[in-house]
Amino acid sequence: MIDWIQIFSNAAQELISPTTAAYALAALGLAIHFGYTGLLNFGQAGFMALGAYGYAISILSFGFPVWGAVLVGIGASVVFALILGIPTLRLRADYLAIVTIAAAEILRLTFTTNTFADITGSASGLQGYKGGFADLNPIPTGSYGFGPFTYNAYDWWIRIVGWSLVVILALVTWLIMRSPWGRVIKGIREDEDAVRALGKNVYSYKMQSLILGGVYGTLGGMIFILPRSVVPANYQTSLTFFVYAILLLGGAATILGPVIGSVIFWVLLSFFSGFVARAVEAGWLPFMSQVQAGQLRFILVGIAIMLIVIFRPQGIFGNKKELAFVK
Amino acid sequence: MEPTQSVAKRSPRRWLVLLGILLSALTLSGIAASPAMADTVSTEDSPEDFEYFFTGNVTFDDEPLEGVRITVEGDGYEAETETDAEGKWRLGVPEKAEYELTLDEDTLPKGVVVAEGQATIKSEFGLTKLKAVNFFLGEGQRTTTDIGAQVLIRFINGLNFGLLLALAAIGLSLIFGTTGLSNFAHAEMVTFGALMVLTFGVDLAFPIWLAIIIAIVLSAALGWTLDAVIWKPLRRRGVGLIQLMIVSIGLSLAVRYIYQFLYGGSTRQLPGATLASDIHLGPVSMSWVDLASMITSVVVLGAVAYFLLRTRIGKATRAVSDNASLAAASGIDVDRVIRIVWVMGAALAGLSGILWAYFRPGVSWDMGFQILLLIFAAVTLGGLGTAFGALVGSIIVGLFIEMSTLWLPSDMKYVGALVVLILVLLFRPQGILGRRERIG
Repeated sequence: MIDWIQIFSNAAQELISPTTAAYALAALGLAIHFGYTGLLNFGQAGFMALGAYGYAISILSFGFPVWGAVLVGIGASVVFALILGIPTLRLRADYLAIVTIAAAEILRLTFTTNTFADITGSASGLQGYKGGFADLNPIPTGSYGFGPFTYNAYDWWIRIVGWSLVVILALVTWLIMRSPWGRVIKGIREDEDAVRALGKNVYSYKMQSLILGGVYGTLGGMIFILPRSVVPANYQTSLTFFVYAILLLGGAATILGPVIGSVIFWVLLSFFSGFVARAVEAGWLPFMSQVQAGQLRFILVGIAIMLIVIFRPQGIFGNKKELAFVK
Repeated sequence: MEPTQSVAKRSPRRWLVLLGILLSALTLSGIAASPAMADTVSTEDSPEDFEYFFTGNVTFDDEPLEGVRITVEGDGYEAETETDAEGKWRLGVPEKAEYELTLDEDTLPKGVVVAEGQATIKSEFGLTKLKAVNFFLGEGQRTTTDIGAQVLIRFINGLNFGLLLALAAIGLSLIFGTTGLSNFAHAEMVTFGALMVLTFGVDLAFPIWLAIIIAIVLSAALGWTLDAVIWKPLRRRGVGLIQLMIVSIGLSLAVRYIYQFLYGGSTRQLPGATLASDIHLGPVSMSWVDLASMITSVVVLGAVAYFLLRTRIGKATRAVSDNASLAAASGIDVDRVIRIVWVMGAALAGLSGILWAYFRPGVSWDMGFQILLLIFAAVTLGGLGTAFGALVGSIIVGLFIEMSTLWLPSDMKYVGALVVLILVLLFRPQGILGRRERIG
C-alpha cells in the first residue's frame, strides 16, 4: 500500500527546504534579467556554479573566512557578467542567449576537467567547506521542530539564512523596480529605442541588470551547496531550464512569482516523484521501472514549460500587460 | 575514435593482470551502507553525493601502475580518475545504470597495452553499490606517431566531425532563417535519427542500409509532424519569437527524457561502429565506415547546395530566409517553404545523428544534446540564418575541436570551441558570412 503520509511529509519539507530557497534566489535574479529587462540569460547555472565554487574554493584552497568567500563568489560573478555582457548586450536578444548558455557550459567543463583537479576536485567535486558557516550558527545543538519539519541546529541555520536572504532580496528587488532605475529597466524591456531616445545609456543599464541578477544567482548557488557537496554535474544547462520553469510558472515580471513559483515547483515535483515512485513500487504502473519513474519528472517539467509559455505566458502572478516576451 | 594508437605487436602470452575482485559481496554491502564513503563531512542528507562506485586495481606483472587514467561514461554522465600509487582507482557515478569504462592506453608505461578490444568495458551494478572492473593488460607495442602525422590525423577527424555538424547546422540555420526560431529541440532531432537506426537495425535486425533509410524517412516525417502539430499553430497564434524559443527548450527537455525513458541511459553501438581501421592513407588509418561517413556528408551537402542554388523551391527558400514578407508579396507560399525546410532540416539532422553515432561511437539518449551547443556555435560563427555560413562555421568548429586536442586536454576540447564562439561575437557579431542588419 502507498504510504501517503510519507509522500505528503516529503512534499511539505520542500516548502522550506534550502534547495527551494536557492532556486527562488536564482529565479529572482532571472526575473531581473528576463522579466524586467528582457535579457535572455541562459547561463544562470553558470552564475550559480560561480557562487558554489567561489565559496568552496576560497575556503578550501585559500582558507578565507565565510564573508571573504561570499565576496569572492560575488566578485567572480560580477566579472563573469561583464565578460558576457560586453560582447553581447549591444546585439539582438538571442545572441545573449547563445553566449550565456555557452559560457555556463565553459564554466562547467572547466570545473569538471582533470586539469585543475587539485582545486576543483574534478568530477567528484568539493566538500568539507561547511565548518565556517556552521561556526556562525547561534542555535544551540539539538533537534527542533515538529512533524515533518524536525531538523538539527545546522539544518535550521541553513534554512533561516536561506529564507532571510530570499525575503531581503525580494524586498530589495521590489524597491528598486519601483525606483527610477527600475522604470528605465522596464522601459528597456518594452522599447529599447524609446529609452535611448530619452538619452539613457541602455547598454549600461542592461549591464547593471545583468550583474545584479547574476549576483542573486550566485547567492542562490551558495545556499544550494550548504546542505550538500559541490558536484559539477549539478550545473548543467538543465539547471537553468529548471529555474526558467520556476520563473515562468510564477510570472516573469513579478517579485512573488519566482519565490512562490519555486515553492510550488518543488512541492509538486516532490509530491509527484514520491507518488510515482511508490506507485511503481506498489505495482500500479507495471510498464514502468523505478529508474523510469525518476525520469518522468524531467518530461513533466519540459511539458509544463511548453504549456505555460503557450497558454499562460504571464505565469500565476503576472500581469498580461507586463510580458517579458515583447520582441 | 583514437586512430593514433594501434597495437602492432602483441605478445602471445598474456600476463596478467589485475587482481580482481577484492571484496566479497558482504563487505561491499557493508561499505556501501555508509554512503558517505568516509570522506564526506556533510551533516545532512546529500542527495547529490554519489552512491555508486566503480573500483579496480591496475597492475602489470604484479607491479601496481600509477597515474593510469580511467574514464567512465554513460547515462549522460562522464568522469575520469587516475590510479594511485598502489594502482587503485575509484569512480563515483550518480545512478545505477550501465556505464562504459575506458582505460587510456596513452597513460600506460611503454610496452604495456590493454588486451585487444578490452580498453573499454561496459559494466553494470549488481546488487551492491560497488562494482569492481578489471582491465587485462598485456605486453605489446603501440606505434606512436610524429607531430606532422598527428596534425594530419586530427585534421581528417576534424573534417569528418565538421561535416556531420554541418548537416545538422544547415537545418538549424534554415529553420532560423525562415521562421526566426532558435530551435533548441534540434538536438533531439539529431538523436532521433540514431535511435531509429538502433531500433530498426539492431532491435528489429533489419539490414543496416534499410534501417538507415527508414531512419531518415522517419526523421523527415518527424520534421513534418513537429511543424504541423506545434510550430505552425503557434505561428498562427502569433506567438512571439522568444516564447517560441522557450517552447523549443521545453520540448527539448521533454523529448530528451522521453528518449531516456524508452531507451534507458546506456550507450549502445550500431553495427559496424567498432570496425578495425584498415584503410591506410599515409599516416591516417580509418575504417570504411569513417570514409563512407565523410563521402555521405559531402554528397548530401552538395545536394543541399544544388537544391538551394538551382531549384525553384530552393531559391524560394533563400528568398523567404532573406525577407519573408517580401517573398510572400512576390507570390511565394511561405508556409509551404517553411514546411519543406522543416522536413529537410529534420532529415539532415537525422542523418547527422546517424553519422554522429558512428563518430562517437555509440547511441545514447542525450547524444544530440551533447553537440547542440557546437551546432549553435557553428551557426552563429557562420552567420545566423545563412546556409553556407553554417557549413563554413561547422567545419571551422569541427577542425578547431579536433586540432585543439593537440595542446588542450581532451576533456577541455569543447571549451576551446565555445571560447572561439564568444571571441567571434566580440569582433564580428554577424558571423563570417552574415550580414550586418541581422544583428539588431
